[in-house]
Amino acid sequence: MVLYIFRRFVNYFILSAIATCLAYVVASIALDPAAKYYGRNPQPSESTITGILNGLGANPDVPVLLRLWDWVVNLVAHGSLGTTVGGTPVVQEIIARSGVSLRLLLIGSIIGAILGVVFGVWGAVKQYRASDQIVTYSSYLIFATPTFVVGVLLMIGATAMNGAVGKQLINFTGEYSAGLTGPWWILLGDRAVHLLLPTIALVLMGAASYSRYQRSVMLDVLASDYIRTARSKGRSRNSALVRHGVRVALIPMSTFFAYSFGTLISGSIMLEIVFSFHGMGEFALQSITQSDINGVAGTTLFLAVLVLFSSTLSEILYAALDPRVRN
Amino acid sequence: MAEVDIKTVENTTSALTSDSGADLAGGIRSTKGRSRARLIWHRLAHTPRFWVGAIAIVLIALWAILGPVFYPFSATERDPLNMGLGPTQLHWFGTNGIGQDLYAQTLVGLQKSLVIGLIAGPLGTLIAAVAGSVAGYMGGIVDKVIVWCINLLLVLPSFILLVILSPLFKGLSWVFLTIFLAAFSWMIMAQVIRSQTRSLRNQDFVKAARYMGVPMPQILGRHIIPNVASLLIIDATLGVVGAIMAETSLSYFGFGVRAPDVSLGTLLAEGTNAAVTRPWLFVFPAGVLVATLFAVSLVGDALRDAVDPTSGVNRD
Repeated sequence: MVLYIFRRFVNYFILSAIATCLAYVVASIALDPAAKYYGRNPQPSESTITGILNGLGANPDVPVLLRLWDWVVNLVAHGSLGTTVGGTPVVQEIIARSGVSLRLLLIGSIIGAILGVVFGVWGAVKQYRASDQIVTYSSYLIFATPTFVVGVLLMIGATAMNGAVGKQLINFTGEYSAGLTGPWWILLGDRAVHLLLPTIALVLMGAASYSRYQRSVMLDVLASDYIRTARSKGRSRNSALVRHGVRVALIPMSTFFAYSFGTLISGSIMLEIVFSFHGMGEFALQSITQSDINGVAGTTLFLAVLVLFSSTLSEILYAALDPRVRN
Repeated sequence: MAEVDIKTVENTTSALTSDSGADLAGGIRSTKGRSRARLIWHRLAHTPRFWVGAIAIVLIALWAILGPVFYPFSATERDPLNMGLGPTQLHWFGTNGIGQDLYAQTLVGLQKSLVIGLIAGPLGTLIAAVAGSVAGYMGGIVDKVIVWCINLLLVLPSFILLVILSPLFKGLSWVFLTIFLAAFSWMIMAQVIRSQTRSLRNQDFVKAARYMGVPMPQILGRHIIPNVASLLIIDATLGVVGAIMAETSLSYFGFGVRAPDVSLGTLLAEGTNAAVTRPWLFVFPAGVLVATLFAVSLVGDALRDAVDPTSGVNRD
């Protein structure tokens, strides 16, 4: 089993590494950091511009593959991802920002997955009842709503609620209130309140897609013989459902978690921007608009590592749930 | 988003394909084929969701085309007497800060988003059909290369890839955006088609055609693709949802459709700044967008249930 997971990990690792390198090449072709300096008035001298571009590793006269090689060597030998156009090391930016992104992504996807599984099982057990129909059609509706629309609608709703109550009950701009002082639990509470709306949006997204898939898998399981066997040997309905049903129905879900993780990453990036969080999403978009090749490559690497870990995690889950894989 | 649907389809279609494969092997393809199509249509016709979605799509499309004809204001025209007003009898969806009519703008944006979605969705399916069937049929090195490309493209979320690539189609028209959207939405369906093709290619009717010397493109076109057509139709329908969603999201963050073109995404981006003080600027275009996507996904889902009654909502 360890060998199996290790093989999968190596496979994902190679794919992520190639994807990152490709992203670096594509960014180098698509972005033109020199244009900004040539457009300046007064124009800096040719040698100054070349100096700056060399410092960034973005000199268009050096072949792209050579620049990629330098970037990789720099990463492996010094653990450095170069500097942004603004001059800060990319690693420093990632360290400062990744926490914001990971908090949102982890809390949102875990709660979303749990709720999705619960609603999916519930919908399958209560098939055709009103509660099942309500869950199904709400998940359709959330499916049909782009993430940023969910985010802004929540903001409009929170503003209306704040207006109705007459005070700032829910703060939603930024990650925390600037200049707020006090003991740690007040600061923590403030952060939690700021995290509330984007997390709700992400949870809705995740729960909608998980619940539909889980319901479908659970219906397959419920119709199978071993559930009937479990019932006929005297297990109670609930026990048969949980011990024999849910556990089996979770096996295909573990693959699905990895599949849907990409959608969740994009969703959380969009939500970060909608709610003005200074996270990796903002960094990615800033890098693109500022023609920052190192920034784009750094974010890609960050995302590739995230995907690498989530895929490996889902393989481990799969092996843990399904004894057939282990041998 | 379409991933969910396709995965479900993938898990539940093996029965279907082997079924139609047997039809073909029996040499009674035409009658069986027709009766199968009739069966699917019969199931569809008895699915209320299908009719709700289909009628809504037709109405929305007609509205997008004919709406502007029967409305006195254009999308760019300014009405200086009614700036920043909420919905009135004169301006149905209200006006923005410089007095442009939101109803007219929404219709123009809806047209663009619909066109992009209707082209990019089926185009992605076409790529998936070609790549998947070629990989599955040829096997060997071609298969390895295509599978490798699919896995590589699936590492990063396609939204991120499109954002990274956005400088490439920055100065170009929305047609290029459409092509890019299709180019990053075919991978999962191609995997499904590939695995279906691999089982089909060992069926007797395909073997017979191969030994009779029928060239590969014809085998794929006549024997493989018709057997996965139902999957492709579902994917194309749900692909429209995915494409419209990707387009509006990209445009919303400034990486998709750009001025002077208007899509629902750019309109929503403009509306967001005033979303709290003038909610109609956001709520109306968002409502139209969600209604459109909801209608198309209802049809896609009803189609999937009709093709494979053991999946989806109303199965037994």
